[in-house]
Amino acid sequence: MTEGATGTLEVEAVSKWFRTPRASVHALDRVSLSVREGEFICLVGPSGCGKSTLLDIVAGLTLPDEGEVFADGQRIEGPGRHRLVMFQESALFPWLDVFGNVMFGLARDPSLTRAQRRDIAERHLELVGLSKFKRAYTHELSGGMKQRVALARSLAPDPRVLLMDEPFAALDALTREQLYSDLQEIWQRRRKTIVLVTHNVREAVCLGDRVVLMSPTPGRIRDEFLIDLPRPRDINTPELALMAQHITASLKDGLVAAGA
Amino acid sequence: MKRALVVTAFFAGLLLLWKAATLLMGWSPLLLPPPEAVARYLWGALWDGTLVAASMVTLKRLLIGYFIGVVIGMSLGLLVSTSSLFEDTIGALALGLQTLPSVCWVPLALLWFGQTEGAMLFVVIMGTVGSVVIATDTGTRSIPPIYARVARTMGSEGYDKWTRVIIPAALPFLVTGMKQGWAFAWRSLMAAEVYVTILTGFGLGHLLEYGRELSAMDQVIGVMVVIVVIGLVTDKCLFAPWERFMHRRWGTGATGA
Repeated sequence: MTEGATGTLEVEAVSKWFRTPRASVHALDRVSLSVREGEFICLVGPSGCGKSTLLDIVAGLTLPDEGEVFADGQRIEGPGRHRLVMFQESALFPWLDVFGNVMFGLARDPSLTRAQRRDIAERHLELVGLSKFKRAYTHELSGGMKQRVALARSLAPDPRVLLMDEPFAALDALTREQLYSDLQEIWQRRRKTIVLVTHNVREAVCLGDRVVLMSPTPGRIRDEFLIDLPRPRDINTPELALMAQHITASLKDGLVAAGA
Repeated sequence: MKRALVVTAFFAGLLLLWKAATLLMGWSPLLLPPPEAVARYLWGALWDGTLVAASMVTLKRLLIGYFIGVVIGMSLGLLVSTSSLFEDTIGALALGLQTLPSVCWVPLALLWFGQTEGAMLFVVIMGTVGSVVIATDTGTRSIPPIYARVARTMGSEGYDKWTRVIIPAALPFLVTGMKQGWAFAWRSLMAAEVYVTILTGFGLGHLLEYGRELSAMDQVIGVMVVIVVIGLVTDKCLFAPWERFMHRRWGTGATGA
C-alpha cells in the first residue's frame, strides 16, 4: 500500500455532450459528487441518465467538456492504475487463461518483481474462489465465474478506487445474489472505494453505503440516499425491499417530472 | 478410427470410379490415363529425383515469397487500421489489387526482372500482400472496443497495447488472412511457373507444362496430385496448430483436428 493512499473522488460540476452529425446529446449536466475513502457508492438511474458516462469520466477514459474530477486531490487527465474498472463479462481476454487475465494489470506495474506478481495473482484467485480454475480458458467458465475473474483482475493491481460498470447485469438471479455477498465480504476485507453503476435499485441498496439517483436528458444527480442497513446485507430481506421501494418511487417521480 | 476409415473409403471410391471410367468409356490414355499409369509415373519420378527437386524449387520460392508477403501485408494492414487516411489510400489500393488475378503481374515481372527467381518471388509477393492487408485491417477493426478500454485502464498503451491486446485479439482474423494469403501465393506461383520458364530452377509448374508439351498426361495428373498433397500438408502443418490453439482459447468450433 502506497504511503498516504486514500481513494477519495471529487467530481466538480462536470458536463458532457455527445455530438454526432445529426444531434447533440447532453449526457451530463453540472454533476457534482464527492466520494469518501473506502465508501461504497452506487449510481442508479434509467438508461440514458449518464451514469456510465460519469463512470468513464472518473476512470479517465472520457474527458469532461466542463468541470473537473479529482482523485486523491489530483486532477484526472487519463486512466490510472489507482482507478481500475471492472467491465461487463465480455471484457475478459479470450487469448489468455484465467491466470493470464489476472496477471494482465500486474504485469504492467514496474514496481513488482515477477515472483511478487505471481504471488499476488494467486492470492486474488483464491480471494474469488477460483484457484482451481487457474489454467482454464475464459469460454470454459460460467457467467458468474467470469465476473469473479474480472473482479480478481481489477483488484489484483491494488487500485485505490474500483469502478464497476453494471458488472452483474448479464447474470442469472442466483449467481448474482452469491456475488453480492462475495463482493460485500471482499470489500469489507479490502476496504476499497467502490463506485458501482447499475439500473437495479435493489442491487444498489444491497451493496452501497450511499445510493445516488440520476435522471436522464440531461443527466443529473437527482437525489441521494444513505443506506444504513447492517452488513452483510441479504437482498431478500423486507427492510431492504422497503428501502428499494422508496427509492424506486422517487425514481418514477423523477421520470414523470422529466417527461420521459 | 471411424473417421480414418471413411476417409480411406472415400478416396478409394474415387480411384475406383477413375479406373472404371478409363475401362468403360474407351477414351484414349493420352486424354485420361488410368490411375496406375499416374502411380507408375509418380513412383518413377520420386526415385529419379525430378519430383523432389521440382518440389524443393517450388516450395523455396513459395515460402520465401509468402513470408515476405505476410510481413509486408501485416505491417501495412496494421498501419491501415490506425487511421482513416491510410484506410482511404493504402487500404483502397490493397482492395483494388486483391481483385487483380496475380497472374496479371507475370508480364510486368518478366519485364522488370527477366527470367529470374526475382520475377517468381515478385509474383508470389504481389499475390499474397493484398489479401493479408485486407484481413489484418478487418481483423484489428473488428476487435470489441471493450478490450481496448480494459487495456487503457490497466496501463497498456502504444507498443504494449498492440502486441499484447490488439494483435492477440485479432488473431482469428490474422490466421484467416494468412491462410487466404497462402492460397493466393500458391496459385500465383503455379500460374507463373506454367507461364514462364526460369533457367535457375525447374519447379512443379514447369514439370506440369512439360508434361503437356510431351503429351504425357500421366505426368500432368501426377504433378497435379503432388500440388494438391503439398497444399493439404502445409495447411495441416502451418495453420492447423494455430486453429487448434484458437478453438481451445476462444471456444469456437470443434476441438481436435
